[in-house]
Amino acid sequence: MNKNYIEIIRAGINSTFQDLGRNNLYHIGVPFSGAMDNRNYLLANKLVGNDHNDPVIEFAYQGPHLKYYGDKLNIAITGDVTFKIKKGDNFVDGECYQSFILENNDELDIISTNKSVYGYLAISGKFDLKFQWSSCSTNTKAKIGSNNGEKLSDNQKITIKEINNNFVNKKLNYVNTKIENIRVIKGTNFNYFSEEGKKIFFKNEFKVSKLSDRMGMRLEGKKIENIVDTNIRSEGLIKGVIQVPADGNPIIMLSDHGTIGGYPKIGVVVSADYDKLVQLTPGSTIKFQEIDLISAETLFKLYDLETQNLISQI
Amino acid sequence: MIKNISNLGDSAVYCDFGKDVNREINTQVIKYFKTIQNKNIEGINNLTPSYNKLIISFDLKKINFNKLKKVIDNIEIIKGDSMQNKKFEIPVCCEKEFSLDIKRLEEKLKMKEEKIYESFFEKEFFCYMTGFIAGMPFLGDLDENLRAKRLDTPRVKVPKGSIGLTEQFANIYTFESPGGWNIIGNTPLNIFDSTKEKEPNLINPGDLVTFKRISKEKYQNYHE
Repeated sequence: MNKNYIEIIRAGINSTFQDLGRNNLYHIGVPFSGAMDNRNYLLANKLVGNDHNDPVIEFAYQGPHLKYYGDKLNIAITGDVTFKIKKGDNFVDGECYQSFILENNDELDIISTNKSVYGYLAISGKFDLKFQWSSCSTNTKAKIGSNNGEKLSDNQKITIKEINNNFVNKKLNYVNTKIENIRVIKGTNFNYFSEEGKKIFFKNEFKVSKLSDRMGMRLEGKKIENIVDTNIRSEGLIKGVIQVPADGNPIIMLSDHGTIGGYPKIGVVVSADYDKLVQLTPGSTIKFQEIDLISAETLFKLYDLETQNLISQI
Repeated sequence: MIKNISNLGDSAVYCDFGKDVNREINTQVIKYFKTIQNKNIEGINNLTPSYNKLIISFDLKKINFNKLKKVIDNIEIIKGDSMQNKKFEIPVCCEKEFSLDIKRLEEKLKMKEEKIYESFFEKEFFCYMTGFIAGMPFLGDLDENLRAKRLDTPRVKVPKGSIGLTEQFANIYTFESPGGWNIIGNTPLNIFDSTKEKEPNLINPGDLVTFKRISKEKYQNYHE
């Protein structure tokens, strides 16, 4: 029996194992984690014939450069990603949303996520991973998940347990679109903010800060003034909640967020816009647009239908 | 009882038990939390009980706010005091290297170190909630004279096991993390064990906790 494995030549900036995340643990302080951009995660798995919740490698900005050893393996990359495949002495430019075969000694160099943040690498097989609470999803701050809760590191070897015999070449015509208008529902502390502050929140532009990560997206802009109290009793958070601390700059909770927090909630990003939100690079500008609950539910239904449609085209 | 139910975004139910923070209200929150958890309601992803709120996040593909609100509105909570409170004694070493903010607290509270510790170690605490970081217990209530604000500038790294005080609460840093609480000691006891799939938290909401001062020697030779 051949041993199949990947050798990481260069790990990249933040490459981690992710799947759909884990539920029912907020009450003990463990967030759901999981792939940041759910749609691109699902598409990557479908392109290589995997189950929809199989582990993938998520990377940010610069992905891993890896060398493959073993029997032939089908792989796919999703997102807005520049990458090359090396076969012998030849470098070939890779294309997203298309599966291709890696053979013994081939190299894959994921160079950049271009004008987005996250990309996904799926393989037609199973990485040899230890799961935690039935999920591989890695939360590096809490050291939870596969790979001892750490991101991938240089020179690491990753064993592939089994390879599906799924070598059909698959392709999807899809281009990621960017959004600048993020739709939100008013938060439970909306009235903590001055009339001027509320106006600023919905009319002004905010810039995505460099300090953003899988826990949260920090924004910079005109200060949103709080006229009631800059602290509330700590209470539960969910992804998409926009908290405004005393400095007046909003922070949006993302997949690895702390489960409770004590800053007033001015709004919550709607579920339909989450995948696109997380792809905004530092320096991007965004605007918030208010919608009501019914519209948010409808938008999510449409977004989910679109995702299911894309999956069924593969 | 729940005073108001509203939506937090499009995929969470926000149950508000009022403004006050006390054991009675928090016990209500925990009862609701446990009752809903035991019902295994299809579509619920997570329940987050806190001092006086319960947030229920759900999968928008399976259920929506109005449907879930109806379910919550009609839930019957078991009457009487059916809560099982476990009791814990947490060993704490207060040597200089662990009590990072005791001098600061002496100034803030205008109290001598010995008095601060005396008051702290006499207290039986109630666990209101766990979270922020995995397994961190929020314990109350400190005596009025021990209540201090957070550090002006939070630490980038608070050591694992640190015991912190802020306002009416004490907490335990379950692993190294940023934080702004006033650190008065450190426990060698592992409060959160992520290798345990079941019950990784030592302390859970509703449990009762006392702290016991130990020497540095005991700290160093501590075996669980």
